[in-house]
Amino acid sequence: MSVSVRVPAQLRTLTGGVGEVQVEATTVGEALKALDVAHPGFAERLFDSAGELRRFVNVFVADEDVRFLDGLATPVAEGQVISVVPAVAGG
Amino acid sequence: MDQVTGLRCRECGREFPVEALHVCDFCFGPLEVAYDYEAIAATVTRERIAAGPRSIWRYRDLLPVDDAAPVDLGAGFTPLVRADRLAAELGLGELWIKDDTANPTGSFKDRVVSVALTKARELGFKVAACASTGNLANSVAAHAARAGMASVVLIPSDLEAAKITMTSVYGGTVVAVDGTYDDVNRLCAELTSEHPTWAFVNVNVRTFYAEGSKTLAFEVAEQLGWQAPDHVVVPIASGSQLTKVAKGFAELGRVGLLGEVPSVRISGAQAAGCSPVATAFAEGTDAIRPVKPSTIAKSLSIGNPADGWYALQAIRESGGACAAVTDDEIVEGIRLLARTEGIFAETAGGVTIATLAKLAAQGVVRRDERVVALVTGHGLKTVEALAGVVRPTVTIAPTLDAFDAAVGSLSGLDGASGAPGAADPVPSTVTPAATTQEEPTR
Repeated sequence: MSVSVRVPAQLRTLTGGVGEVQVEATTVGEALKALDVAHPGFAERLFDSAGELRRFVNVFVADEDVRFLDGLATPVAEGQVISVVPAVAGG
Repeated sequence: MDQVTGLRCRECGREFPVEALHVCDFCFGPLEVAYDYEAIAATVTRERIAAGPRSIWRYRDLLPVDDAAPVDLGAGFTPLVRADRLAAELGLGELWIKDDTANPTGSFKDRVVSVALTKARELGFKVAACASTGNLANSVAAHAARAGMASVVLIPSDLEAAKITMTSVYGGTVVAVDGTYDDVNRLCAELTSEHPTWAFVNVNVRTFYAEGSKTLAFEVAEQLGWQAPDHVVVPIASGSQLTKVAKGFAELGRVGLLGEVPSVRISGAQAAGCSPVATAFAEGTDAIRPVKPSTIAKSLSIGNPADGWYALQAIRESGGACAAVTDDEIVEGIRLLARTEGIFAETAGGVTIATLAKLAAQGVVRRDERVVALVTGHGLKTVEALAGVVRPTVTIAPTLDAFDAAVGSLSGLDGASGAPGAADPVPSTVTPAATTQEEPTR
């Protein structure tokens, strides 16, 4: 099914400046891999050597952190939005 | 002229120019300010610092800004208070409280915001923005007003009343979001991509912002007569402050302000209702599992701490520990500090004191150590935490009889504890002027 991936400004050099990319996927992991196929370079920035999300990369589905869901195996529904967000400080 | 050589990725080490960047283009890792320490060592001296203003700006040689006139409300150079009564209660020896409740908007955030907005203005930004659990909101709104900048501050809608009022009074745009701080932070991080002309202090200028926390270490060392403490207890929200306190002590050694790079144990304090770093420490793992916060310590309610991993490394490398305390213990910590030392802390300060008590009871914080606890925010910001817990002792009619009937019978007010002139020795509050007369001893 078709889902949108929102790309942060720091990674838009990979997409030619585009902030939202449509991909076909049934899980978050598939969506991010499809993003890397369409715009090579995402995988090495988002995943560690074990294929897991790097610790300073946050991914949200429908505004929920996938670490609270099933991680990269979290299913996605038609039309859902996936956001890739770098970790930020706070307080 | 500052002595910044550039920004460096903490993960892959690539270097970048000094711009509003916070994430590495190559590996997506967080960036950190890199300095020419040899150049700093050649110019900085204790005397040069002592001749500076009584604020964080006395340490400008070690801060990443050029501007000769910083955005300044007087942040920093807060009292370092010898806490003998609290030490006695906890079975400790030499204990000091770094009282950051005395900052202009009542929390340590004035340190980081003063640096962040000075740099933001230098980089040409006209709008200051942030996501906040409250203290950062207060400080950004106030410093933006001081600088004549517009501000856009995003906060969770369920914040304490004082923190909402203290943000809104400065006339900027305040957006209350129905969600947790982590929700607000995620929204803010996404907004940063859409509003590149705004300086989000904790996002696109966080690289500079975070450096402000080093001044806590600088001040503690200077106020101890240019000596490092043995052990510092620091509250953890995002983990940035603890990481930068460690960096601050290391830098003092590196530029020659301390004889060598000091060995300071750094311990972290969290609320049990939001303790991802303490949990990882207790389990001996590297992975910080995010949590959904549920604690009265809202200023520490960051369930997905961006610098949690770095804080954990700093704790482990220094031989410190990390512990978490319950909401009841937090309230007791606030009351203990107030009762023994006359300092009224917000809930985060209660977390620090209660964690200090716990680590002291476990023998982790030791009696033979010179200990400093960071109390980072004022109690007036979180009076809700004490609702129903503290109140007037009695309420009476305005007559002598009523007073005698109600108070005359209370024990301890006459006799035993306090003939005039027989008071306990007064603990000192150390300033540079005082350290020359009263060198702390081990």
